[in-house]
Parts: sequence; structure tokens; C-alpha cells
Amino acid sequence: MDRKITSAELSLNLSGEDRLIVQVGGDWRIDQELPSVDQIQKQLESGPGLHRIAFDTTNLMGWDSSLLTFLTKLVKQCAQRKVVVEGAGLPQGIQRLLKLAAAVPEKKDTGKGAARASFLARIGESAISFVQSTNEMLAFIGEAFVVFAKLLAGKARFRRSDFILVIQECGAQALPIVSLISVLVGLILAFVGAVQLMMFGAQIYVANLVGIAMVRVMGAVMTGIIMAGRTGASFAAQLGTMQVNEELDALTTLGISPMEYLVLPRMLALCLMMPLLCLYADLMSILGGMIVGVGMLDLNPVAYFNQTRAAVSLGDFFIGLFHSAVFGILVALAGCLRGMQCGRSASAVGEATTSAVVTGIISIIVATAIITIMCNVLGI
Amino acid sequence: MGQPGNGCSITPALQHSGKIGDDRFPVRLSEERLKQVVVPESQIRVSDLTMAYGDFVVMRDLNFTVSKGDVFIIMGGSGCGKSTLMRHMIGLKAPARGHVYYGDVSFWESEPEEQDRIMRRIGVLYQSGALWSSMTLAENVALPLEQYTDLGQSEIRELVSLKLSLVGLAGFEEFYPSEISGGMRKRAGLARAMALDPDILFFDEPSAGLDPVSARRLDDLILELCNSLGATVVVVTHELASIFAIGNNSVFLDPETRTMIAEGDPKKLREESPDPKVREFLTRGEEAASPKE
Repeated sequence: MDRKITSAELSLNLSGEDRLIVQVGGDWRIDQELPSVDQIQKQLESGPGLHRIAFDTTNLMGWDSSLLTFLTKLVKQCAQRKVVVEGAGLPQGIQRLLKLAAAVPEKKDTGKGAARASFLARIGESAISFVQSTNEMLAFIGEAFVVFAKLLAGKARFRRSDFILVIQECGAQALPIVSLISVLVGLILAFVGAVQLMMFGAQIYVANLVGIAMVRVMGAVMTGIIMAGRTGASFAAQLGTMQVNEELDALTTLGISPMEYLVLPRMLALCLMMPLLCLYADLMSILGGMIVGVGMLDLNPVAYFNQTRAAVSLGDFFIGLFHSAVFGILVALAGCLRGMQCGRSASAVGEATTSAVVTGIISIIVATAIITIMCNVLGI
Repeated sequence: MGQPGNGCSITPALQHSGKIGDDRFPVRLSEERLKQVVVPESQIRVSDLTMAYGDFVVMRDLNFTVSKGDVFIIMGGSGCGKSTLMRHMIGLKAPARGHVYYGDVSFWESEPEEQDRIMRRIGVLYQSGALWSSMTLAENVALPLEQYTDLGQSEIRELVSLKLSLVGLAGFEEFYPSEISGGMRKRAGLARAMALDPDILFFDEPSAGLDPVSARRLDDLILELCNSLGATVVVVTHELASIFAIGNNSVFLDPETRTMIAEGDPKKLREESPDPKVREFLTRGEEAASPKE
């Protein structure tokens, strides 16, 4: 039959001049309200003549880790005050567990859990870590250039089958998502523009709006962002997992450079595929614009097509392709860099993947701004 | 085998390749590989090595020598830095201080080309096997051969089959690492480590995660292959059965003092070491008192 759980009890009695008897009774369960060790601390502070503590557990009905935690805390405080703890009155099990907990002294020099650094120290640490991460990034970019130069010199070594596989992954297999996003962006752009242009009866200029915006910048940016989220993340996860499984170490100890063997084919594949995907995205977004033009504005498809042809120049196409090639390099670099920097745990792979996507998208936006300003300055 | 005396030797790697290459495997080594033919004796010397992660010193003042033909055990309790020491020895982590010599060459002070040459003389079996997951077992073993020899595809295929059959994995050529068991992955890792017939083999906890019988079989396999190849072996382990079964020399790392506290034949250390920690470790905690008379 189940016994009724009673509340935990603690009472203190003086025995002689220097001895405190701690009476522990009732049920000490972790899910109950428990007495605090402060009560004993106050008693020790009020009686400077107290040098010994003993226990009476006659009324103790049951106990778990909560009583052990209480006693451990008490033992620590007594050690600081040089008060002798007489454990003989405690149940055998508790005595053994307390002995076990004290068997290996706490390691103070593990380097973890040190006192919290001051605000200035934390700023300093952040600055140092920023410099270190910038150095790592620059070193990685430098190494990427070196392997690229090796490729041009015909000395780079990687498996052709891996290269083709990466091309397939970041080329043909990306077509469905690129199609969907590009058509929708073209549609949205045309729809937003149509509402305004209809007020002036200038619906046909929807073709100009969609054509120029998508071909010149937005097609490349949208493809870049899709690829950062899809392929950049995949690169980081692949390389990060290889790091966790010591596969990168295995390559290094065989004298095979992971930069050459793993990073180069990925960079190369993405640089080659991005302009092609960008062209495809341009086409799909123009198609999206045409759907709005024909379906909502009652424009003739041929007229829409001719208007787009007249509006978009070859220069716009080249600027878009230049954008996409740059984005290809940036996304591949971000994905591979974060993958290679990955720690040796499952959570580190997740962090590397997130970081690859964030780095990729930020670098795409920054690069877009820079290229746009450059084009403006150069008048193209 | 190497020819002692003049400090240089013909690597067992070449000799071995020569043996199996007599008729069926006409070995045509690349120019790069030919440069490695004359090398110092396969001997490792660790001198005043201090290992650290940032400011945290893992081990300091390590000094020991691995002689040619040794089965050298790096032992110590869990988390004492055994694998970290191996990473320093195989060129994956630079020491905070000190040297790792291969022959007369200090690895960490040599040129990258020299480091590459040394690294190609060593084979490593990682704790998890570290097989490249996107490749089949055959492709895993073939990769080093494709990179460093001028062998044709059919010759490489035959060599790969041979290596896999040596570790009992004949017929598993087209399997991916995810399709085989942990013990098989380790054996496949061993086949890859031996692909270039290295004269020094490193093993990181080869028995970890294996049942006692598989662990014993792997130990026997390691010993058999290394004896046949004449390779020097360095094993990181804390499995006592393995230590006594295969080791003839060792170093004991102590996490408390953060340095090595014993060196020598593990069986002798168990009987004669003056340090109770070493005896306690080697007797599974059964004898921590005094050495046997």
C-alpha cells in the first residue's frame, strides 16, 4: 500500500557548547518544498562557538537527491567555516554517496566556467575574434585563388565525376525551384507595375518594367538568393559533415588538399551554372510578366514580346550575367568556407549551414550595391 | 625492409609494391613517388612537445621515440589527449612548442613539399573509419592510388580488390560506407590506409565500438598485416586487451600532471612500473598499491 508523503522537516538543537544537532525528518523529495540551508548558516553565524555539526535522522521517512544537494551545500559551508561535520547519524546510503561525490576534487583549471569577463574585455574579445575570422576568410579566399591558378596551369587534381555530379546538383536539379520563384517574381512585379501604369493607360510598359528589372539585376539576385539557400547551404553541410566524420582529415593525411579536391569543383560548378540559371530565370520571369500582361491587361502576347525585345538591350543581359557569375563565386565561397570552418559536432554543422546562407545572402546584396554603383559611374 | 647503417633505406612500400608487381602488377610509380624511394628510416621522435588549444595546455614536455618496426601504443585515460597527440604526429595540428621528427626531418619546420612527402609515407585509420561517404569502398581505396601512381584503371581495380580481400571485404567493392557495419567500415578504412603501402601506420582507437570478438580479429589483422608489410605502427587506445596483444612499446599520458609518466613495453610497465597510476591503469584498477616483487 502507498505511504502518504509527509513534508520535509528540519530542526536545529544545540548539544553542549560547540555542537549543533541537525534533525532531518519527513520526506525529502525533489518535487516538494524543502527547508533551506540558510537556516543552519544563520545558526552558525549567531553562535561563534559552534565547531561541530551532527545529524539525527530518526524521523527521516524518505529521501532523494534533494537531501544530498542540501547536505553537499552544508558540507561546503562548514568547510569554509572550519566546522567539523559528523556524518555518522546519516543513513548509510547518504554517507556513501557524499563520500563518492567528494572522492574526486573539483577541477579548477579546466578553462571553462571562468568568472564572467568585464564589458570592455568582452568588446576586446569580440574584436579579436572578428579580426581572426576576417583573417581566416582572407586566407580562404587566397587559397581559393591559388587552387584556381593551379587549375589554369593544369595542375589541379579533382575527380571529374565529382565535378559533374556537383554541376548536376547545382544546375539541372535547381531548375524547378528557379522556375517557380522566377515566374512568381515576374508575375508580382508585373502586377504591382500594372496597377500604377493602368492609371495612365500605359499598360504595355509592364513589359519594359519586368524585362529591364529582371534581366539587369533581379533575375541574378533572385537566382543568387535561391542558390545561397539551396546550394550554399548544401556545400556547407556536406563539408561540415565531412569534417565531423574526419573525412577532411583523411584527405589531408593522404596529402590531398581539400581545397583542391572539394572546394575547387564546387566553386567551378557554381560559377559555370549560375549564369545559365540566371538566363533561364530571366526567361521565366518574362513569362510571368507576360501572364499578367495577357491575362489581366489584355495585351497581345506578340506585342508584349516585341515591347520586351525593344526595351532590353544586350548590355542589360551582360550586366545580369556578370552579376550572376559574381554571385556564383560568392555563394560557393561562403558555403565552402563555412563548411571547412565547421566544428566537430552535429550542432556545428547546423551553425555552419545557417552561417553559409547568411554570409551568402549578405555578400550578394553588398555585391549588387557595388556593381550597381560601378555601372552607374561607368554609365552602362 | 630498410637497410640500416647508412641512415637511408628503400621503403617497404616500394618493396611490397615490387613483390606484388612482379607479373600481374607492373608498378609504374609517378616521378613524384619515385623521389620518395630513398628516405630516412621510418622512425618518429617526439621532442619537447607541448600541445595546447589556445591557452589551455593539454600535454607538455612529451619526449619519446618510435623505432622502426615498433607497435607503439599511445595510452592513457579517456580525454587525456591521446588522439590530440596523434593529430600532432600526423600533421593535422601544429604543436604549441616542440618537434615531431620523421628521421632527421622536423615535420613542423619543414617545407610544405617535404611535409607532403612525409604524409604520403604514413597511413591513418581514423576512429570512425572516415571513409568518404560519397564514394564506394573501391573508390575510397582507389583514390590514393589514382593520385600518386601512374597505374591504369584495370591495375588499380585489381589492387583495390587485393587490398579489400586482405581485410576480408572481397566482394564489397561497390558498397557505400553507409551500407556496411561499423566493423566493416574500420576494415575498409584499414584497406585505404594501406593503399600506398605506407611504412608507418597510425590507428586511432581501432577497437572502439566493436564487440570483443571483432576487436580481437581487428587486432590480429593489424598485427598480421603490419608484420607482413614490415610497417611501424602507432596505435592510440585504452583497450587493455589490445594494448597487451599488439604493443611492444608505449607511452602513458597522465591527465593530472599533463605530461607522460611512463614509457616502454606495456607488459613490463604492468609488472614493474614504479608509478601506481600506470599499474592501476594497466591492471584495470585492480592493483594500485606497489609493484610486484
